[in-house]
Amino acid sequence: MGNPAENFKRGKRGKLYLQERLLQSNHSLVKNDMRKIGLSTQTGYVGKWLDISKYLPRRTLDRLAKKWMGFQAIAVAMLVPLIAFALLFRAQPILTAKSLRELLLGTNWHPLKQAFGFYPFIMGTLWVTLTSMVIAVPPSLMTAIYLAEYAPKRIRALAKPLIDLLAGIPSVVYGVWGVLTVVPFIRNHVAPTLERWSSFIPLFRSDNTTGYSVLAGGLVLAVMVFPIIIAVAEEVIHAVPQDLREASLALGATRWQTIKFVTLRKAFAGVMAAIALAFSRAFGETMAVMMVVGNVPQAPSSFLDSAYPLTALIANNYGEMMSIPLYDAALLGAALLLMLVVLIFNITSRLVLVRLMGHF
Amino acid sequence: MYDPHIRINKWNVWYGSDHALVNITADIPAKGITTIIGPSGCGKTTLLKSMNRLLDEMAGTRVKGQVWLDGINIYDPGVDVTEVRTRVGFLAPKPFPLPMSIYDNVAYGPRIHRHTLNSRGGNDHDLDGIVENNLRAAGLWEEVKDRLRTSATRLSTGQQQRLCLARALAVEPDVLLCDEPTSALDPIAAQKIEAQLQALKKERTIVVVTHMLRQARRMADYVILLWMGELVETGPAMQVFVNPRDERTRAYLDGDIG
Repeated sequence: MGNPAENFKRGKRGKLYLQERLLQSNHSLVKNDMRKIGLSTQTGYVGKWLDISKYLPRRTLDRLAKKWMGFQAIAVAMLVPLIAFALLFRAQPILTAKSLRELLLGTNWHPLKQAFGFYPFIMGTLWVTLTSMVIAVPPSLMTAIYLAEYAPKRIRALAKPLIDLLAGIPSVVYGVWGVLTVVPFIRNHVAPTLERWSSFIPLFRSDNTTGYSVLAGGLVLAVMVFPIIIAVAEEVIHAVPQDLREASLALGATRWQTIKFVTLRKAFAGVMAAIALAFSRAFGETMAVMMVVGNVPQAPSSFLDSAYPLTALIANNYGEMMSIPLYDAALLGAALLLMLVVLIFNITSRLVLVRLMGHF
Repeated sequence: MYDPHIRINKWNVWYGSDHALVNITADIPAKGITTIIGPSGCGKTTLLKSMNRLLDEMAGTRVKGQVWLDGINIYDPGVDVTEVRTRVGFLAPKPFPLPMSIYDNVAYGPRIHRHTLNSRGGNDHDLDGIVENNLRAAGLWEEVKDRLRTSATRLSTGQQQRLCLARALAVEPDVLLCDEPTSALDPIAAQKIEAQLQALKKERTIVVVTHMLRQARRMADYVILLWMGELVETGPAMQVFVNPRDERTRAYLDGDIG
């Protein structure tokens, strides 16, 4: 116990650090002890010259570290406004050349003829995104309610990480799944069935027989946003105080009445935020969508029509034929539009969640 | 001696491996106020929540024995738990107003039992009457009659607790269980709740859990004393407070334990 070198050795610190500290004390007795326990008394281990603490007092180092890391944090936080600013700057030519009305509502997309109407692409994005929401929201909400309210602890503990895992699958994998499974399924089964039974409804009628359609994009996107809605909504519902549930149950309400009138009512804003978060994710998704929607520049009028979302437009065309005047600016204008919509939905829903839960 | 409304027979509750209530046998007489007293952690709330099956809401509980309400064992597999809770109202220690208006809070119970109401010929016009009557019964009507449509969460804690009382009464329960109903309130608000309960005991069976011995002395007609999950003594308040049979009761009343 009395041997300082032994004491250091018992600690959890690294051997080199230990050696350095002992040498700093520069005491012959300590050096003796070090030799006894097999530590070198020679200075100059690899990387020693990197140790700034030798040249700077510790407090100065601490202040510098704080400043440096603070700067890094600010730099990361500044990325979003910087990107937005860069996009705005690069899109400036098209914004000055064309009116906003012409850009947003123009149906003509002929870069060679200097016609840059985003309307078909905006509609493509909206159709695909809204379809995915219609498909994704009901089952995800029911899953979230089940997990938060009915599921035994064990199932909940098992299901939550599995669902989170879904969120980690690369979007190109979803795209491949869409091409291999969803598109043929729509081509061979969904489209013929709809045509036979409900072709009197315009929304289900189309000349497109390829299967590459709004519906395919919506289905793939729906599966991609399941984990987002489920995870966030589950957490929001779970956070409703137990006493509030008991207050309702104690009045003779059934569990479902309690969920409907009390729990969901209390969690309403948070559930909406979960949906908005999923919406912004689906809105900005590129790879999986462009692999299955067909990419025909037209405003869809049916779930079975092809579409060409904004994201696919940018991904497919940026970098090619850049000599066409205003082409580059037009595509970056589309990117700016995309980013603004996604940001607005994202920020609003996160603000709601922060107010509700105190984190995210 | 007296007419029991609830009979608890050889009642056992476990939380996991923790034996929280051990072989409790006690009667809750009809009408009047029965207080359950005892040191904290002795199982008062557990016993109370046994009587409306709110115990079911706690994970990992196991029970054995019977709780008879009007001749029915409420733990029988065939019993509809919502029916039990309609007959046995509950007032929690802290007020938890539902996320809706004052009016809707009181109307919540009658609305979810609409089918039973309708079979009795009730309608929305009656709902106004129900809300007013129960807010009066809880002593809150005069303070809120001009703002029934505002959110219930804007009321003071004392007012919220009386709102919860009105909400519980609106279902017209025969029994009202109160779990330390004044512990979150200031003395004046607490006094109001006590006064309302005193007024209500003429028509209803009221069970009050309290850790305040003085409150028990003020309110109790009958007393159940628990001690570490076991029943120590039960009987009319006069007998238990003035002439306790058990040594532990005497020690508790003198403030030597608990």
